[in-house]
Amino acid sequence: MYSEKVMDHFSNPRNVGEIPDADGIGEVGNPTCGDIMKIFIKVKDGVIDDIKFKTFGCGAAIATSSMVTELVKGKTIDEALKISNKTVAEALDGLPSKKMHCSNLAADALHKAIEDYRNRSKK
Amino acid sequence: MRRVYFDHSSTTPLDPAAAGEMAPYFTEFFGNPSSFHYFGRGVRKAVEEAREKVAGAIGADPREIVFTSGGTESVNMAIEGIAQANQKKGNHIITCAVEHHCSLNTCKSLAKKGFEVTFLPVDSYGMVSVDDIAAAITDRTVLINIMHANNEVGTIQPVAEIGRLARERGVYFHSDACTSFGRVPVNVDDLGVNLLSLSAHKIYGPKGAGALYLRKGTRWQPLFHGGAQERMRRSGTENVPAIIGFGKTAELAAAGLEHEITYLTGLRDKIIREVIGRFDNIRLTGHPEKRTPNLASFCFEFIEGESMLLHLDMQGVAASSGSACTSGSLEPSHVLTSMGIPPEVAHGSLLLTLGKNNTEEDVDYFLAVLPPIIERLRDMSPLCHYDHCEVEEDCITCTARK
Repeated sequence: MYSEKVMDHFSNPRNVGEIPDADGIGEVGNPTCGDIMKIFIKVKDGVIDDIKFKTFGCGAAIATSSMVTELVKGKTIDEALKISNKTVAEALDGLPSKKMHCSNLAADALHKAIEDYRNRSKK
Repeated sequence: MRRVYFDHSSTTPLDPAAAGEMAPYFTEFFGNPSSFHYFGRGVRKAVEEAREKVAGAIGADPREIVFTSGGTESVNMAIEGIAQANQKKGNHIITCAVEHHCSLNTCKSLAKKGFEVTFLPVDSYGMVSVDDIAAAITDRTVLINIMHANNEVGTIQPVAEIGRLARERGVYFHSDACTSFGRVPVNVDDLGVNLLSLSAHKIYGPKGAGALYLRKGTRWQPLFHGGAQERMRRSGTENVPAIIGFGKTAELAAAGLEHEITYLTGLRDKIIREVIGRFDNIRLTGHPEKRTPNLASFCFEFIEGESMLLHLDMQGVAASSGSACTSGSLEPSHVLTSMGIPPEVAHGSLLLTLGKNNTEEDVDYFLAVLPPIIERLRDMSPLCHYDHCEVEEDCITCTARK
């Protein structure tokens, strides 16, 4: 049911963990639905210098979290904002249709982390 | 890689002896059991022998056995058949929240058609209260529908007591015994049922066969309209090879029951003891004692069931879960939430159902591969980590349950 890429990112997730002094943190989902994704970013000169995630959820939730971190690491904030949930799913060679809505939220978590970073920078 | 099959509640491997008995009925003995000629007569005889075996396994008269395509059909036939045939008496059905979907959805469908259905709650073990059933009976009640054992948590309902109550109050009683048959004693007189549903593929029989026990004298009407097969109770040419296989495995299940109970209880209890002893923030789901001997079920907090299943599968262990992702809906298992388990905990459900081919080595292998999986997923979880629960007072997820 899952593509090889999904299984690869699920079984060897990239960038798992937290960044204690993160510049931005984004969280989406809720435990009742069975998916929570939390993304931590460190920004240097407008570039995502480091990114880590923690996820509670199914295989698709973990794989999309891992994939989004890989897609945006080293990218500028503007480039990262162009990444959508759809981009993430495509990069994983697709997701089962019923997972597209419930577990494909990693880009949302990333965008929230960027929003958090921007809010903090304004202060 | 070692392969361990711990998902016998989904289906069981076909018993080779049953496969052997079935084989000639696909080719050599192809006749229609309704046919009058030589080809039909021989097959008819074999079908009737299978009926005797299934009847013998549950203490019924062979004439009270109706072969069906499986558990779902039997349950539909039981509930719908009683409801439709007893409308002069009433239109009220009593069932409970943890029934299999084939019961719940049949009841919901009847409710849409104007029948009244009472869905009784269950306690934290998934057990329905006989007093609740007694209180729910009205003079319009035509059927009590309560499963024998639950397929997700193994809890065995007080079916014999319900049977006595139903008889006293003059209400028909159907029990879905698909999970219990072949795991615990199932005798229609001891249980006091008017109708009972059975499935072949849960007892090492073939898929596509089941039976409805229909006690003599029960006012009931068939679901299918057609020929006179199964004494006018289930039209359609019989699935002969599957029926032959079902007969064989019903016979084997009854003969091997005592041994299987002792053997599987030992394996199950080892899993429960070791898993509960090994982890914090975990709970056994279902009744601690009144449960099927082959079923161990847990909820692991902070992690999600499908992730556990994927990792276990990669290690060669086949198991099941009541999480939303594995149930195919957005909600975690209705069985777990009906027992009062919060949805976020229900998502961490793991269900292991053992079978006669499992060994102690299988159990040891599972117990060796499980801990790193749980630790890895918990390390990745943004929910409060179990090590920190007691110190992090602001952690709602954890403190809510302390």
